[in-house]
Amino acid sequence: MLKPEALRELIQVLGQENVLSEKEDLMTYAYDATAAMKRVLPDVVVSPANTEHVIEIVKIANKYQIPIYPRGSGTNLSGGTIPVDNGIVMSMLNMNKILEVDDENLTASVQPGVIIQDLNDAGLQHGLFYPPDPGTVTTATMGGSVSESSGGLRGLKYGVTKQYVMGMKLVRANGDVIKWGGKTVKNVSGYDLTALFTGAEGTLGIITEILVKLIPEPEAKKSILGVFDDIDKAGNAISAIIRHKVIPATLEIMDNMTIRTVENFAHAGLPVDAEAILLCEVDGYKEAVEREATLVERILAEEGATEVKLAKDDKERDQIWFARRNALPALAQLKPTTVLEDATVPRSKIPDMLKAIRQIATKYNLTIGTFGHAGDGNLHPTILTDVRDTEEMVRVEQAVEEIFQVAISLGGTLSGEHGIGMAKAKFLPLEFGEAGVKLLRDIKEAMDPNYILNPGKMVRRD
Amino acid sequence: MSIYSSLNSISEELNKCMKCGNCQAVCPIYKETRKEVGSARGKITLIETLLSGELEMTEGLADRLSLCTTCMACTANCSCGVRFDKIILAARAEAVRQEGLHPIKKIAFTALKMNRLFDLGMKFGSAFQGLAMKRIKGSDKGARLRFDFGLGNKVLPNLARKPLKDELPEVITVKNPKMRVAFYIGCVTNYFYTDMGRAVVEVLTENGCEVIVPKDQGCCGTPASVNGDVKSAQASARLNLLAFEKTGADAIVSNCSSCGESWKHVFPQLFDDDPEMKALADKWAAKTYDISEFLIHKVPFKREGLGRVERKVTYHDPCHLNRGQGINQEPREILKAIPGVELIEMKEPGRCCGMAGSFMLVHPDLSAQISDKKIADIAQTHTDTVVTGCPACRLQLASGVENAGLQEDVVHTIQLLAESYKVGKKSISAAAR
Repeated sequence: MLKPEALRELIQVLGQENVLSEKEDLMTYAYDATAAMKRVLPDVVVSPANTEHVIEIVKIANKYQIPIYPRGSGTNLSGGTIPVDNGIVMSMLNMNKILEVDDENLTASVQPGVIIQDLNDAGLQHGLFYPPDPGTVTTATMGGSVSESSGGLRGLKYGVTKQYVMGMKLVRANGDVIKWGGKTVKNVSGYDLTALFTGAEGTLGIITEILVKLIPEPEAKKSILGVFDDIDKAGNAISAIIRHKVIPATLEIMDNMTIRTVENFAHAGLPVDAEAILLCEVDGYKEAVEREATLVERILAEEGATEVKLAKDDKERDQIWFARRNALPALAQLKPTTVLEDATVPRSKIPDMLKAIRQIATKYNLTIGTFGHAGDGNLHPTILTDVRDTEEMVRVEQAVEEIFQVAISLGGTLSGEHGIGMAKAKFLPLEFGEAGVKLLRDIKEAMDPNYILNPGKMVRRD
Repeated sequence: MSIYSSLNSISEELNKCMKCGNCQAVCPIYKETRKEVGSARGKITLIETLLSGELEMTEGLADRLSLCTTCMACTANCSCGVRFDKIILAARAEAVRQEGLHPIKKIAFTALKMNRLFDLGMKFGSAFQGLAMKRIKGSDKGARLRFDFGLGNKVLPNLARKPLKDELPEVITVKNPKMRVAFYIGCVTNYFYTDMGRAVVEVLTENGCEVIVPKDQGCCGTPASVNGDVKSAQASARLNLLAFEKTGADAIVSNCSSCGESWKHVFPQLFDDDPEMKALADKWAAKTYDISEFLIHKVPFKREGLGRVERKVTYHDPCHLNRGQGINQEPREILKAIPGVELIEMKEPGRCCGMAGSFMLVHPDLSAQISDKKIADIAQTHTDTVVTGCPACRLQLASGVENAGLQEDVVHTIQLLAESYKVGKKSISAAAR
C-alpha cells in the first residue's frame, strides 16, 4: 500500500488532476494489450508534464521504495506495462510535444508521449517519414515503441526502431538526468547508450526526450499479391525474391486460416481457397519501382504462384493492406483468447519455420493462424484458444515453448518486435543461457540496484 | 433481452474486445484527457470488472460511465466489431437502476418527460430569457448567460417567441400530394431553431408532399435513453409512437440526427421486451427518414427551379446521422446540386463536435475542448458557412464559431436548399416582370 505521505507528495508535485488513486481509475491501468495476463492494480497513476516532474517522482519512489511502471498507450503485447505488484504507473501521455522537425539534418525531436502517426504526419509536411510502423501506429507512443524497439510491416527494407534512434534525454533510477547523442550521422563517443536504452522496456531509465532519424518519403509504391496452393511454395518464393536482390519495403504472408478470417471481415477480394498468399510492396523512385514490381511478379510466377495480381490503383492497394492490418483482430473474433507470438528466424529459414508451426499445431491439437512479416523472418503464429479452458491452456503453453525452441534452433530469437516483458521473461535462458541472463541482470542492477524501474520485466531479481 | 433491461445482454460484446486500444485513435474524449478511462477499452474493463464483482456500482463508476459522447467513432473503428455504442447504453441503464441519475440530468429529463410542463416552461423561458441571458449585440446569433452556471462562455440560441409546433398548422396541404409526410419536430428545432423547421416544411411542400404536424408529439427521449433513464425514454417513445400512429402518414421525416436515430433504432430496442409496442416501433422505424435521405431516396428533390446561392460551405457530419444512420453522401449530394454552393471539406468532418446533448451540461469544459478542435478545422477551410444535419450540432458549432470570432453562418442542409428554391422563384418572377 502506498503511504498517505507519498501520495501527498506526488499531489504536491503534479497537482491533484494528474494523480489518480481511485479504484475506478486504477482498474484501467491494470492491463495492456497482452492476452491472458492477470490484472494488477497500481496504487496510483501519475501524469508528469516535463522532465522535472519525472525527476521528482523518481525521488519520491526512491524515498518510499515504491516501483514505477512507465506507460505510454498500453498497446504492447508482452505485458511490459502491467504492474507486477502495486506501485506507481507513470503515464507519459501528457508529454506529447513534437519539439522539432529538422529538414536539413533529417531528424525529429519528440517527447515520449507523442503518437507515432502524429510524428509521421508532421514529417510528411516536410516530405519526410519515420519508417517504423507497428500495427498500432495510430495509437502507440514514441516512448513505448522506442522502449520496445518496435518493428512493423516495413522492417525488411527499413529496419526497426533501433535503427532510427540518435539520442535521448533520460532520468535514471537515482534521479540523475542524462542527455546524449545528437544530429550527427557519425558518433562513437563513449559506450553506445542509444543501443542500451532502446528496447530496454523501461527497466533502466525513464525516457523524457527522443531524437530520431527521418528519411525522405518514397516517390512511388506498388503492391503485388501472389496466390499459392501450397504454403511451402510461398515460403520458397520469399527466399527467391530476396535471393534476386529485390528488397521490398514489405513482404507479408498469410496462411489459409488467416485469409479466410480476414476476408470475412475486410471483403478485400482475397482468394479464400488459397493455402497462402504473399503481399509485397516495393517503393522508391518511380522507375526503380516499375522494374522491381515486374521482377517480383516474374519471380512469384516462377515459384509456382497460381495467380499474381498487381494492385491497379490506390483503392485496391489500400484494401489489401487494410486486410493485412486487420489480420490479428479478425482472428481474435474466432475464439475468446488470442495468444500472439513473434518468434523470428533468419529469412532463409521461413519455410522451415512455417512447417514447424504446422506440426506443432497438429501435435498439440490447437488452432494456429499464421501471418506476419515473412520477408524479415518475423512470423506471428497466433493461437486461438479460451483462457477458461485450463486443459487447453496447458497445451498452449507447451506449444508456445516449442515454437520458441524451434525458432532458436533455427538461429532465431524469442521476440522480433514485441519485447520480453513479463510474458516471455522465463524463456530468456533459452536464448542467452544462464550466464547471458546473469549479464542482463548485472546490467539491470548496475543501473537500478533497488529495482525501482519497471521491476519484473525482462529480468527478475534472483 | 434488451440492452436497456439487463447488463448481461452485452456480455458477448464485452468478450469481443481484445484490449488492443485501437479505440484510442478516434475517441474525442480520450484525445483530450489522455486518460485510459476516456477510451472504450477503459470503460469496457470497468464494466467487465463490475460484472465479475471486482468493482461495485458506485457514484464514482457512474461518473466514469458519463465520459462518452456516444459518437460511435470507436465502434466504427473497431476491427473486432465491438458495439461499444450498445455497451455504454446498457451500462448507463444499469447505473441508473442501481445508483439513480446524475442530479443535473434528473431535473432535465423529468421536465422533458412531462411534455406539457416542459412546453410551458420553455414558453415562459422565451418571454423572460432576457433576465438570465444577454443577447449578443446587433445579431441574431444567440445570447450568453448573464450568470456563470458552470457552462463556461457558452453562446446559447435565443428561445423562439413561439414554438414551431404551435406556429405550424396541423396539416399543410398541397395539390395532388405525392405523399403524406408526418414531420417529427425535435426539441431544439421546436424551441430554438424554428427557421430550420420551417425550411423542412417549405422544401417538402415544394416537392409535392403534404405535411402533417401531430400536435401531441414530444421529446424523442434521447437525453433519457443515452443516460440510462430507460423509464423516461420508454414513456417518450410511447407518447410519440401513439401520436404518429394516429396520423396514418406514409412516412416520418426528421431533421435531427439524434431524433432520427431514436425513431429508427432506439424505439425498437426500448421495447424489446414488449411485443405490442415493439411491433409499432418497428413499423414506424421502417418509415422514418432523415430529411436528406428522404429527398435523395424517397421523393427525389426537384432540381429545376434552384436559384443561385453564393456560399463557400463546409459540412460537419453529425455522429448519429453519419455513423448512426449511415447518411453522409446524401447531404453532400444536396449541397452540390445547389448552384453557387462550393463545398470545401474540413479535415475530419466526421469527428464529434462535443455537444452530445446533455454531455455538454455535465462536462462543459471537455465539451468545449472537443469543440475547439472542430472549430479550428472549420477555420482552416476559409468558408463562410458551416452546414450540418442536426440542430444540436448547430447549437454547438454556432457557439464555437461565435467565440472564435469567425464570420461563419451555421445552418442545416435543408435551409440552403430552401434558400435556393426561394431565390429560384424570385428570379423567375423577376424575369416575368
